[in-house]
Amino acid sequence: MLGYLVLAIIVFSLAAFYVGRSAGNRFVAVEGAATHSLPGYHGAFVAIWVGVPALVLVLLWLLFQETVIDGLLLAGLPAGAIDGLSAAQTRLLLSEIKNVAGGRMFGTPSEMVLEAAQTYLRWQGIAGWAMIVVAVAIMLIGGFLAYTRLAPRFRARHGVERFVTAFMIFCSAAAILTTLGIIVSLVYESLQFFAMVPAHEFFFGLNWEPQIPIRDDQVAGAGAFGAVPVFLGTLLIATIAMIIAIPVGIFSAIYLVEYADKNVRNFIKPILEILAGVPTVVYGFFAVLTVAPAIRQAGNLLGLSTSPNSALAAGLVMGIMVIPFISSLSDDALRAVPRSLRDGSLAMGATRGETITKVLVPAALPGIMGGVLLAFSRAIGETMIVVMAAGLIATMTINPLDSVTTVTVQIVTLLIGDTAFDSPKTLAAFALGLVLFVVTLCLNVVALTIVRKYREQYD
Amino acid sequence: MANPAPTPAMESFQTVRTADANANPARLKADGVNVFYGEKQALFDVSIDIPEKSVSAFIGPSGCGKSTFLRCINRMNDSIEGCRVTGDITLDGENLYDARLDVVELRARIGMVFQKPNPFPKSIFENVAYGPKIHGLARDKTDLEEIVVSSLKKAGLFEEVKDRLHAPGTGLSGGQQQRLCIARAIAVGPEVILMDEPCSALDPIATAIIEELIDELRENYTIVIVTHSMQQAARVSQKTAFFHLGKLIEEGPTEGIFTNPREKRTQDYITGRIG
Repeated sequence: MLGYLVLAIIVFSLAAFYVGRSAGNRFVAVEGAATHSLPGYHGAFVAIWVGVPALVLVLLWLLFQETVIDGLLLAGLPAGAIDGLSAAQTRLLLSEIKNVAGGRMFGTPSEMVLEAAQTYLRWQGIAGWAMIVVAVAIMLIGGFLAYTRLAPRFRARHGVERFVTAFMIFCSAAAILTTLGIIVSLVYESLQFFAMVPAHEFFFGLNWEPQIPIRDDQVAGAGAFGAVPVFLGTLLIATIAMIIAIPVGIFSAIYLVEYADKNVRNFIKPILEILAGVPTVVYGFFAVLTVAPAIRQAGNLLGLSTSPNSALAAGLVMGIMVIPFISSLSDDALRAVPRSLRDGSLAMGATRGETITKVLVPAALPGIMGGVLLAFSRAIGETMIVVMAAGLIATMTINPLDSVTTVTVQIVTLLIGDTAFDSPKTLAAFALGLVLFVVTLCLNVVALTIVRKYREQYD
Repeated sequence: MANPAPTPAMESFQTVRTADANANPARLKADGVNVFYGEKQALFDVSIDIPEKSVSAFIGPSGCGKSTFLRCINRMNDSIEGCRVTGDITLDGENLYDARLDVVELRARIGMVFQKPNPFPKSIFENVAYGPKIHGLARDKTDLEEIVVSSLKKAGLFEEVKDRLHAPGTGLSGGQQQRLCIARAIAVGPEVILMDEPCSALDPIATAIIEELIDELRENYTIVIVTHSMQQAARVSQKTAFFHLGKLIEEGPTEGIFTNPREKRTQDYITGRIG
């Protein structure tokens, strides 16, 4: 039914477009170039007024229909039926009514429920038809109003433009609202966590053993929620990654910009960009199956004790993963340095190397820094590689050959399997997520500010 | 020079030359210079002597090859892909296109000032100190400071910036930036200074200051200036060379070129009929 309605809206809009356009054609035929807008704009204007309000109405209707019907149902129940019921029990009653209405019966429902189910079906039918009637009415009214406004000097062009602007604002608002929603939900759950575990324990505690029992019959540890080892592990792996990625990324960018001839560049640049397109899960098993055993063997040869899931393996592979971030942003930054500076330095008798280290890199440094910070925030937020290649136990260590765990790994493990949203075990994931979010957000803001500031310098 | 040269288009064409009895001896000489960008030839058989410690101006309409020729003198065309130079340019009899010649040293002897002021995004002091530092011209810090101050003085900029030597060079006005670039070029102690339309991005007052400066600098340096402005060539130079469509049409003492050009195209350009 809904599908037909949407189809009808589309058909009506198309029809409105043709009607509007033929009106426009008439204006052009009569008035010629004195007509303000092209016939197509007249058509689009009417089509927008037919289609958009109806679509918005249908969306809102679907959003609120259920709530309204629920309210009516509860109000229609015999007096006293929901007295003394908790909110959860009321919801249970409502879903029982809906199940009965849908023909899924468990046991014998009471008389009251059967009756309510009938009412529910009736309400739903009414609501469905009402929606169609209202939608069609709105389309007709909108189309009529828009059509009567059409005239040779009517500014349909600006009308359409205003609609497009509004649509663009809506699209960008959607992204912002989603971000806000994420923040609100993270903060809300985190606050619940901090109500159970004191903040100072979380931020300064040195023990992380979150696997506490969430049901009475489970056997598990007593629990400790000191997140320091987890953050330390994240930092360790990200640092290893940056030690790999910063020099490789910057030097490959310098090579591509300053030394590589066109053919080499056209060959290497796409390959570097392929690195950015490799799914992280592929990097993950590369780390587990190839890099980790190699490191372990090398460690054994040197007589070092190496854990099978070493921070080094995860960090190395993660470093390779973020190389494209650094190299491509550094590449842009170096390329943006005006040719005149390069020439100026060369004309002073500087060699290419001196020109790069003394003039180009300092001039491009803000852009390069931006790339490094973005790569770093990517590294600490990266999940798949560390889930596969790093460990689960939070060890307080900075030895890269040891196994460490990271914030993202802990979030994943805390939310897998048995979860209960009133247990600190599950809620800890949100606290970790919030901290991670804040850190990467800050890094991104700093990085973008730096990059923007530097853009202003040359443009 | 290593590349096999395509035969240059040798039409029956002869540069008109007027000798100047008062001119200084020439240490910088070009003989039969051709420049190719890929398949396209940009300069045809250019030969000219540049007298030392005087100002030589290259004039001509846009795209006539005057800047290309200027950039041959300190081999700045090397960095342009597909650019080939044939013929000889010599400084004190030494061929600048000899394979054994060190381009880096050459550019320390032949400095360059560009069309658009291009100070490095560093402090005023660091801009001038850049050359002496990379060439190891200063023994210590006081030595370096001396070089910087004297270069700024020679470029007539010191009085204006002495209180803010460590402020960024990019914060100066256009004319000051260009004088900073001249100071930067002077700081390595070159013999020749090439100027590629040094005033085309400047206002008339800044231009007048730079022109005055060029006139002072010719006491110690051989200066070659490319300019769009014939008045500027007439004001600052002792020798003028007129380029047209990649050929050196006429060269001689500036006064002669402007008052009594011997070639019709030169006259047309000077009177504004071409260009």
